[in-house]
Amino acid sequence: MEEMTKETPLAPAENDCIIELVDLTRVFEDDGMVAVDNVNLKVKKGQFVTFLGPSGCGKTTTLRMIAGFDKPTSGKILLNGKDISALPPHKRPVNTVFQRYALFPHLNVYDNVAFGLKLKKVKVTYETENGRQFTKVEKLSKADIAEKVNRALKIVDLEGFERRSVSTLSGGQQQRVAIARAIVNEPEILLLDEPLGALDLKMRKDMQLELKEMHKKLGITFIYVTHDQEEALTMSDTIGVMKDGEIQQEGTPLDIYNEPVNAFVADFIGESNIFSGTMTGKRKVRFLNKTFDCVDDFEKNEKVDVVVRPEDVVFADEGQGQVDGTIVSSIFKGVHYEMVCKIGKTEVVAQDTLERKVGEKVSVVIRPEDIHIMAKEFTVNKYEGYITKHNTVAFGDGEFACDLTQLYENSFLDEEGYLITAEGEKLDLTDTDVEVEVGLKDIELVDVDTPEREGGAAGNIVSIIYKGDHYQVIVRTDENEEDYVCDTEYTWNENDRVSVVIPRDAIRLRLKEEVKR
Amino acid sequence: MVRAKIVSKETYVKNGGMKGIFRRSFLGIPYALFLLLFVVFPLLLIVVYAFTDENGAFTFANFVGFFSNATNVSNLFISIGIAFITTAVCLLIAYPVAYILSRFRSARSYILVLLFIAPMWINFVLRAYALREILNLLGLLGKTNFLNVIVGMVYDFLPFMILPIYTTLIRMDKSLEEASADLGGNGAVTFFKVTLPLSVPGIVSGAMMVFLPCMSCYVITDTFGNSKIPLIGKLIETMFGRASDWNMGSAIALIMLVIMFVTMILTGGFKRESTERGNAL
Repeated sequence: MEEMTKETPLAPAENDCIIELVDLTRVFEDDGMVAVDNVNLKVKKGQFVTFLGPSGCGKTTTLRMIAGFDKPTSGKILLNGKDISALPPHKRPVNTVFQRYALFPHLNVYDNVAFGLKLKKVKVTYETENGRQFTKVEKLSKADIAEKVNRALKIVDLEGFERRSVSTLSGGQQQRVAIARAIVNEPEILLLDEPLGALDLKMRKDMQLELKEMHKKLGITFIYVTHDQEEALTMSDTIGVMKDGEIQQEGTPLDIYNEPVNAFVADFIGESNIFSGTMTGKRKVRFLNKTFDCVDDFEKNEKVDVVVRPEDVVFADEGQGQVDGTIVSSIFKGVHYEMVCKIGKTEVVAQDTLERKVGEKVSVVIRPEDIHIMAKEFTVNKYEGYITKHNTVAFGDGEFACDLTQLYENSFLDEEGYLITAEGEKLDLTDTDVEVEVGLKDIELVDVDTPEREGGAAGNIVSIIYKGDHYQVIVRTDENEEDYVCDTEYTWNENDRVSVVIPRDAIRLRLKEEVKR
Repeated sequence: MVRAKIVSKETYVKNGGMKGIFRRSFLGIPYALFLLLFVVFPLLLIVVYAFTDENGAFTFANFVGFFSNATNVSNLFISIGIAFITTAVCLLIAYPVAYILSRFRSARSYILVLLFIAPMWINFVLRAYALREILNLLGLLGKTNFLNVIVGMVYDFLPFMILPIYTTLIRMDKSLEEASADLGGNGAVTFFKVTLPLSVPGIVSGAMMVFLPCMSCYVITDTFGNSKIPLIGKLIETMFGRASDWNMGSAIALIMLVIMFVTMILTGGFKRESTERGNAL
């Protein structure tokens, strides 16, 4: 594809950023959902960039905004330094490979691929006999189109399929037509929206390599969207891990795998052990009831999340390593064994080619550089609420019984339920705004249908992260999408409907401002 | 306690005794009877009448008589002409309506669609008379017979054109239009190169639902055309009624049937190809 590289001249080094997202935000009007929240990203020319995240994280919406199908609520999309966010899709020099291919069913393979070329206009410079030059804007000639289409079909290995109806093609062949249809226009950026999602595993693996190969050959920028972490790690130069409309981490596959910035990224990118730990000194962290040396520096006594990849957990004979435990499960996974070692109440997952039998006593060794420490994202649930009648407080889409006497020292409640301060003043706190704090361990989740255990709020479980000896579960309410983050030992499933029960004394209140008396 | 070991397992078939007495195909008997009585038998009757004279002897005279009468032939062409114009006008009105309706994404669009098809549920004669009164008020009744007939036909058949087009349009994969825009197609290009070709199946079935009934819908020509516009359907009515020439009436009915059948095959062949392409989605 000589010509393709020729037409996109290499930009000078200081201006090698082809696309830049600036404070990009998209709020859906009908339900007010923030799909993309203040995303900032620079993409270098010729790179293979991947947006990676679970469904609903905003990755596809971001891609659709770059393509022009979706308008940003605020923020800018700069292409070569120029804001293109107001341009309609047909005027943008980008092409998209759609999730379900979106091939035109009424056209054959050739006409599908030629669709964009037939609409293209080029400036042609002519010279008259007396040497004068003039330019004309005209359509591509039939021969030019045929040549380009054939070349694109050759790249995707579909020569001889020109006259075939797209409905007679297999999924993988349709995928190739979709790619040919996009690259034949020689776009500056190729956008790919989960292009391999509909293919079976083997075909997907083959196409991953082919796409990577194509990226090298064409030299154009690829922006790729996927929820498959392995796909992202295999293909990308840069990965942006997204969650809830925000980019959690941006970096090379190696960086993201080895140095995840938070528990979400660690959990999403590959398997990992996530433990709750505490910094006990300079480059020393305590978890698994043992102090380990590490290479990250955090404040002393800070609560942290400790991430250790299963392949970095090494077993030694009992008493020979840092902390002892017992193997409770061992599964052969083809190349390695996946083993679980129980240390106290905590489980540690390890991968090794050497098997340790179930029941065997072992000792765990973790090298300091394999211990990744991240600031604990979440230590307490905070809400804004207000006091309702009868000593209850409303927050987080619910209403809970609480102890109001904590608001004033030495106060107590009279028989009617009014608060009497130490000075003997009677206060009516109804509708008073308060700040509410609830500890992660203080929240109890019960099945919504459990009789007589009606919680103050109800919602669906939206996330579960295993942290060695407990699960960190996030419950999201329906109405205002308030989150309750709680640590629990019980196993729940995503999308389970649960009631949130908080004991009266576990709700900590603080007045937002001094109450007017 | 003795634990038994399973030696072999066989599926126990309970309906063994029923074999030979009841078959699923027996359920079709009532429908077959119905078809025989009310479709096949009347059709055969028409064929028999069409090829016989009043004494019951075999003859082609009915057909020869129909085609040798210039008025009859011109009536046939007028019927086809009116059906054609009605279909064209319906299509011109229905397509933009269906297109706009299909673009509304909210729940309100259902109400709009409902408003357009609601007339289908009101008695046809009642609607015709209501429109007639309006034309009367405007002073058009009895003056512009041909125009009135077209207005009446379009008013009556419009919903049958809107609905199939609307259905094809809302079922169309929206990403196809996005793909067209992505490849550089502006609004007009996207419409003429993607949306319109892909909605052809809807247009064909709409056209068939309008064109064929139009040719014989003489109630409308009677109501709006001052009975001055002769439709082939009217002729059949006269033959079976006032003229009591059942043989001629059957012959004309058979000619109509053949015309409809040929139209169906022509458009049907077209339609099958387009839906096949549509299935590629």
